[in-house]
Amino acid sequence: MFEIFGIPSGALFGQLLIGLINGSFYALLSLGLAVIFGMLNIINFSHGAQYMLGAFVAYLILQYSGIGYWPALIIAPLVVGLLGVIIERVFLQWLYKLDHLYGLLLTFGLALIIEGIVRNKFGSAGLPYTMPESLRGGQNLGFMFLPNYRAWVIVASLAICISTWFVIERTRLGAYLRAATENPTLVRAFGINVPVMITLTYGFGVALAAFAGVMAAPIYNVSPQMGSELIIVVFAVVVIGGMGSILGAIVTGFGLGVVEGLTKVFFPEASNTVIFVIMAIVLLVRPAGLFGRRA
Amino acid sequence: MEERIAQPAAVAAPPTFLRANAEAIAFVVMAVGLAVAPFFTYPLFLMQAMCFALFACAFNLLIGYVGLLSFGHALYFGWASYLAAHAAKVWGLTPELAILTGTATAAILGLVAGSLAIRRQGIYFAMITLALAQMMFFFALQAEFTGGEDGIQAVPRGYLFGLIDLRNDVAIYALVLFVFLGGFLLIYRIIHSPFGEVLKAIRENEPRAISLGYKTDRYKLIAFILSAALAGLAGSTKAIVMQLASLTDVNWPMSGEVVLMTLVGGLGTIFGPVVGAFVILAMQFKLSVVGEWVLVIQGVIFVTCVLLFRRGIVGEITARFKS
Repeated sequence: MFEIFGIPSGALFGQLLIGLINGSFYALLSLGLAVIFGMLNIINFSHGAQYMLGAFVAYLILQYSGIGYWPALIIAPLVVGLLGVIIERVFLQWLYKLDHLYGLLLTFGLALIIEGIVRNKFGSAGLPYTMPESLRGGQNLGFMFLPNYRAWVIVASLAICISTWFVIERTRLGAYLRAATENPTLVRAFGINVPVMITLTYGFGVALAAFAGVMAAPIYNVSPQMGSELIIVVFAVVVIGGMGSILGAIVTGFGLGVVEGLTKVFFPEASNTVIFVIMAIVLLVRPAGLFGRRA
Repeated sequence: MEERIAQPAAVAAPPTFLRANAEAIAFVVMAVGLAVAPFFTYPLFLMQAMCFALFACAFNLLIGYVGLLSFGHALYFGWASYLAAHAAKVWGLTPELAILTGTATAAILGLVAGSLAIRRQGIYFAMITLALAQMMFFFALQAEFTGGEDGIQAVPRGYLFGLIDLRNDVAIYALVLFVFLGGFLLIYRIIHSPFGEVLKAIRENEPRAISLGYKTDRYKLIAFILSAALAGLAGSTKAIVMQLASLTDVNWPMSGEVVLMTLVGGLGTIFGPVVGAFVILAMQFKLSVVGEWVLVIQGVIFVTCVLLFRRGIVGEITARFKS
């Protein structure tokens, strides 16, 4: 053990790790928000509720059918993503011609409905989700102890983030998506089914949130309000990063997680608010956001 | 063309004699109705509803007439109620000074938050106001004077101007009615002033307003401060009436509730927020037996309003009368 600025290195690296974990969730969620906003021009307020649903699906299939963590990582995003597709078809598709703010209001309403139903069924106390056998234990790195599960969360979310970036920025499908974001009418004239693309984009963004929810389940307790607390922080992350760039959303997410972790070490009282303070500073210095283009 | 929040046609019509009169009649009906209402229903409920109605009117000033959706108005309502409660209980100020303290606090907070938020438009504006409100919620949670989870309880109603005992039911009701009607008239005056016309011009077409030489940022900021201060007036009054300031008033669901009230009543209509506040509060009052389902019902109302009922109650009625 050694000390850095009077802080034992174990505590420092421990908080850095927690910061990276939180950052993984910020990155996954703000990535989903950015993808959805790009295609639908809607800020998905129910993103937090859908993240919570992902965790609950994982919890329920473990309780009632004994289906464990690894299948849940695929099943929960599929189930919640399908729900997203239904939401887009039933509700959101009527809003594209309206002011963007209506999308925010409608998805806020959906978030209240989802959270309310789950709270009625399961109460507001947290439910524990057991960690998968294969990821228990940890590595002693000499300067700190690294639990396996936490290492897995960071690696997995990085991998998901980078592959999403790759698909959108470097593949033909991504090129269609970006083109449809710029000019949907023209892309339709080329014979591409834009409405289906929009529906699937929303489903995918929502599935990303559910995936994050499953990964969060063993770390935090599974509770109805786990999403609403997170989504407001993620909004601040999105304001800081700007939604123009996928890579920007990822970098900002992880970066702010780390900053928050460090604040917990040096100035614990401010750890809840540091991201909002950074948002205020960014708005003063660079109103368009770190990676944003001036609209 | 893109359908905007607050149908322009509904408000942009020239103020004909009949139209102006209709509003005056509606106002008189509302004032008289509220004055006799305590004989028919719980005065405490009415006073609470009037505070929320003023809160919703203040919120509507921004969304309805400048087109800015603030998703963090609980910040001004809640912090004003904390400061008013603290001033009345700990500093021993008279109620009118306590309410003034709360209102001034809200105005200052509005100045700070507003000058940050107007740096971005549309959807970002909503997210920034929400995030700033959440930050101030955490401050309220951690600060000593707010009493954390307990809030500030047993706030004395005191003597108005040091003379009138507000423990008297008639006196406190008269005060709330006065504050509500005064705030309502002030908002009406703002909307129909030259300043208000510029605000509507910004809502309709900001680049055009800029090209006409208006410093739109300054107009938006002043509107924001006015809205925050009036929300603070509502919050301070509520703290004195209910003798309580708590975390509920400063947390994000409260911000959502005021949006819901305004949406149900009619965005960008003068009486809409009042109607919406009474409807939503009455609903909560009646539905308190179903407990947690209130959240679900609120969500369903949000979704229904946005999909089918965007003009709200008052907006629909005026539209019927016109056609």
